[in-house]
Amino acid sequence: MLNGTSLGGIAEPPAIHLQSARLTYGGTALFEALDLVLPAGRTTCLLGPSGVGKSSLLRLIAGLADGAEGVVLDERGAPLDGRIAYMAQQDLLLPWLSLRSNVMLGPRLRGEARDPRLQDRARALIDEVGLAAHGDKRPAQLSGGMRQRAALARTLLEDRPIVLMDEPFAALDAITRYELQELAARLLQGRTVLLVTHDPLEALRLGHRIQVMAGRPATLDSPLEPPGGPPRALDDPALLGLQSELLRRLADARRGWGEKPCT
Amino acid sequence: MHVIRPAVIFLGLIGLWQLVVSATGVAAFILPGPWPVAAAVAAHWSELLSHAAITASEILLGLLLGTLLGMASALFISAVRPARRWLMPVLVVSQAIPVFALAPILVLWLGYGIASKVAMATLIIYFPVTAAFFDGLRRTEPGWLDLARTMGGGGLAVLRQVRIPAALPALTSGLRVATAVAPIGAVVGEWVGSSGGLGYLMLHANARMQVDLMFAALFVLAVFAVTLYFTVDALLRRLTPWQADDTAPARGMRRFD
Repeated sequence: MLNGTSLGGIAEPPAIHLQSARLTYGGTALFEALDLVLPAGRTTCLLGPSGVGKSSLLRLIAGLADGAEGVVLDERGAPLDGRIAYMAQQDLLLPWLSLRSNVMLGPRLRGEARDPRLQDRARALIDEVGLAAHGDKRPAQLSGGMRQRAALARTLLEDRPIVLMDEPFAALDAITRYELQELAARLLQGRTVLLVTHDPLEALRLGHRIQVMAGRPATLDSPLEPPGGPPRALDDPALLGLQSELLRRLADARRGWGEKPCT
Repeated sequence: MHVIRPAVIFLGLIGLWQLVVSATGVAAFILPGPWPVAAAVAAHWSELLSHAAITASEILLGLLLGTLLGMASALFISAVRPARRWLMPVLVVSQAIPVFALAPILVLWLGYGIASKVAMATLIIYFPVTAAFFDGLRRTEPGWLDLARTMGGGGLAVLRQVRIPAALPALTSGLRVATAVAPIGAVVGEWVGSSGGLGYLMLHANARMQVDLMFAALFVLAVFAVTLYFTVDALLRRLTPWQADDTAPARGMRRFD
């Protein structure tokens, strides 16, 4: 049985310190002098309305900053280069490659695709995400949920101590999303994870810690740490209470920057 | 079905041709009917074949050279940023010069032989291939590039594994256009000055009022051009099997086997 930690050889997950992040877009500051700490080996969910700059913050940490600036270091003050795996809302599977080759994309790009240990790991991960029967198929032959599973396997094959996920399940139907959240929570255990989402319930299921990002320029409110470890059961009444609390914070934030509240 | 349909279209066109000839009673030296032309094809078979071989090799060589040069240029322009700024406008403006106007010059420089026709075909193919491939290379899905970057892929690996395959569908549409226009380049070259090839044969037959032979040469050229197009099209389909394809229901059906 594979899980997040038994994949072997992953480095000790670092904490991430993001300092004085700033992003100006079209003359207005989306965020400025923003600090964020992601505790080591934990899942932090970043929640906020669309357009607030959540994805830009994640991309800044991933080293894909398009215009955003800031200092991203681990707790020892070292940069995060080469320790990050990235997963986006789109599956980003290459349509000309089979599912297996797509999962092996990282090794292919680094010229390590012939390594039999990596091939075995890829097979095990494809098995683990429930796609063992589909390894030779192309992405076009798979459903949206299966494709996102494949993307998850590809992310895990990278075996990096840090995983950054940008609304990875947003495009999926409710049932598939529910299943994938559970799978991801299990497989990502023990890594430092940042999950950007606009779904409070998803944050409550998966996050050790939840932070709401809101306003313009955006700020982060005090982190919320729901009781118990993820993945949490959705029928927990405490969770539903927290959900309404999060919804209230999000609604306040929306009013804060001048939009009409939704009715 | 994929054999029946082209056959029906072919016979339909022949029938239409015969209908026009019978209905208008047009003189045979203006438009001969299908039978006299078929007879001419049979009578001049070996002559037609030897000229067709010349034209075919001009077209194929032009296709090969134009494709290679076009792909190399597209790779160069997309890799070297200043080249994009300096060369791309030159390329686009160069298209304002009608290639046909260059034919006499090419014949003057390269002679009456095959070289000037290959150059014509190459020139005519070069631009669609370059433009299509360059466009494909430029429009790589940004998410794929982000992903490749977080995975630590080097520039060359990303080019080979992501950007070139991603550009193949665009390249194949450029190559389809190229295949369709390549025969024009070869034949125009032959008209301007040559000692062999189907274009030469047509001019020669025209001068001697052998209208049936002229049409026979045209018919052979058309058959070759169409065959070439469908062969290249089939090869390109095989090259990009992941491309969704609406015009090939026979391939789609296989999924239900």
